[in-house]
Amino acid sequence: MIKKLAIATIAGATMLAAPAWSADTVKIGFITTLSTPAAILGQNQRNAVELAVEHAGGQIAGMDIEIIFEDDAFNPQTGRVASERLAADPDVHFIGGYIWSHVLLASSKAVLDAGKFMISTNAGASQMAGADCHENFFSTSWENSQNPRAMGEVLNQRGVKSLYVMAPNYAAGKNMVEGVEATFTGEILGRDMTRWGADAQLDFSAELAKARASGAEAIFIFYPGRAGGAFIKQYMQAGLEEVMDLYTVFTVDGISLPRFQEAELSGVLGTFNTNYWSPDLDNAQNQRFVADYIEKYGQIPSHYSSQAYDLVFMIKAAVEAVDGDLDDMDGIREALESANFDSVRGDFEYGSNHFPIQNFYLREVVEDSEGRWATQIVSTVYENMENPYIADCPM
Amino acid sequence: MDYILLVTQLLNGLQLGILLFLLAAGLTLVFGIMDLVNLAHGSFYMIGAFLSATIAAITGSFMVGLVLGIPLAFLVGSLVEISTLRTLYARNHLDQVLATFGLILFFDTLVHLVWGPVGVAITLPDYLDTSIRLPGDIIVPTIRLFIIGVGLLVAAFLYFLVARTRMGMLIRAGASNRTMAGALGVDIQRLFTLVFGMGAALAGLAGLMATSITTEATIGMGNDIIIQAFVVIVIGGIGSIRGAFVAAIVVGLVDTLGRSYLDQLFKIFISDQNAETAAPAVAAMLIYIMMAAILFFSPQGLFPPKTR
Repeated sequence: MIKKLAIATIAGATMLAAPAWSADTVKIGFITTLSTPAAILGQNQRNAVELAVEHAGGQIAGMDIEIIFEDDAFNPQTGRVASERLAADPDVHFIGGYIWSHVLLASSKAVLDAGKFMISTNAGASQMAGADCHENFFSTSWENSQNPRAMGEVLNQRGVKSLYVMAPNYAAGKNMVEGVEATFTGEILGRDMTRWGADAQLDFSAELAKARASGAEAIFIFYPGRAGGAFIKQYMQAGLEEVMDLYTVFTVDGISLPRFQEAELSGVLGTFNTNYWSPDLDNAQNQRFVADYIEKYGQIPSHYSSQAYDLVFMIKAAVEAVDGDLDDMDGIREALESANFDSVRGDFEYGSNHFPIQNFYLREVVEDSEGRWATQIVSTVYENMENPYIADCPM
Repeated sequence: MDYILLVTQLLNGLQLGILLFLLAAGLTLVFGIMDLVNLAHGSFYMIGAFLSATIAAITGSFMVGLVLGIPLAFLVGSLVEISTLRTLYARNHLDQVLATFGLILFFDTLVHLVWGPVGVAITLPDYLDTSIRLPGDIIVPTIRLFIIGVGLLVAAFLYFLVARTRMGMLIRAGASNRTMAGALGVDIQRLFTLVFGMGAALAGLAGLMATSITTEATIGMGNDIIIQAFVVIVIGGIGSIRGAFVAAIVVGLVDTLGRSYLDQLFKIFISDQNAETAAPAVAAMLIYIMMAAILFFSPQGLFPPKTR
């Protein structure tokens, strides 16, 4: 306690001693996953942020943009320590990033207590949308359950009567299952929650045999990372393609598709997934983003990238709205809340809990004109969808 | 309960067991004969998968990858034995654990340097990448039958080797009492290199087989499964090939049947939702619970070597 007090006193003294003028750079902290096998997701976000800075001309309101990337190593502790380090820097006004809900939840107190703006570019923990919402917390993505809810609605629209559900046995996996089951009106004929974590289950023989025996018309899965490829391969090998249609969330995206293509997992072609964004979304900001991303990095961007790309333009618009006065927290907040910037998802508004009120689309996996596997929008499932936790947010 | 599902699950369990046997056979030989705890056995599983997948990608043939990759894994294993492990036989188990843990880090980083952070995908030929309808309307992926077939062939070969050949006799002699075998003029050093290389080759084969199900060879893939391989050799009795075979099949069946039927069993006693959350957690523990139970009644495992 005494030690904590001492640190607080010293920190207080330093802040008093620091000059009140704002620096001639806008410093943005960005926490993402840059090591471990999940680093591919963080690299996608980093690529997008760097491209966005380039597109923004490297400047906000005449000040240079400086991005400080920090690695969370897929670990809540590491992420929190990195967040605390960034939050202790008086020149950092925005801390963005966060792929994982558990890293976000572990870090939010440190960032928000330090009076910084915190902007999640992926993690959509329902707590942050509900009871734990905060005036300085924003999301450029979604709340976890929105995507599977949209998928449940898709299944209804397509007349699917019976469903088999599979997801990893952890918090987000349960959120996804709850989401799809909240909106799907047909019958759930079976549900498997498989082992997850460092020794995640990759052999789904027993579960696929159960799925076949259940006689369900369709199968819904949530398998991010390499489990997704493993699942699709075994789904194909078991000959289930002809028996039950595959519907996915957060399994098929710009990161996994090139690898599926390399492994010739053709079973994924023609399958459906839902998302708030797609590379073929028709607006100027998105087309510039996608075209230049492909040119610079040689691959189609994923939704991870799109969310990170938006971050830079969102901050730019807000800081320019207050003429570069970084100390005008209220002004910046108001500008952020207005969502008055060119987003790759097109126009949208922020809900009172600072999560986007946005469309969700049905996407199909197709081979594009250049022979690459990509997602393509089929229809709009929900227009201006609010997330269900907004009522729990006191703001 | 329909019998088609039950038979399918039994086949799935058998296939998982066979895969574990391929990995455990080498581990139990090395542990039993050379008295060496080799945590890095999973690294050969990984190396075998990467080498075979790469060869398969270059030549465009899965079978060429299989045929060339396995001898390469044998070579890697022999080299590791000659260069590193030879000095560890006289040391205690803790030193061996530390050294072979170091080998895991070495191999994981080596693979990272050579192949990069992203795994190598393996493509199966069409005739393996499909499913077969067995009599009684049982549909099984061809690759899983292929794994069962290859595994049984390997088991038969090992049985023949150990029980019917001169080399097998030496292996058995080494397992029973290696000092005495050495004193009787057996070139223990060469025997050890050979056995170790063979273990590595079998692990590499297992790695390739596993990869043909899960799509990609990835860094650290062996570290996940090596624990189960240790469970197999402890249940089977350390040093016993026969024990490893029986234990592997039992572990494979228990794990698969647990994943298949445990939730239904739990639903009789607790609410559906709790059953669905608890079942996968308990299913994952099942083989360890079984190991504890077996060791309670038979501390040396099911087939302990006769003389020690």
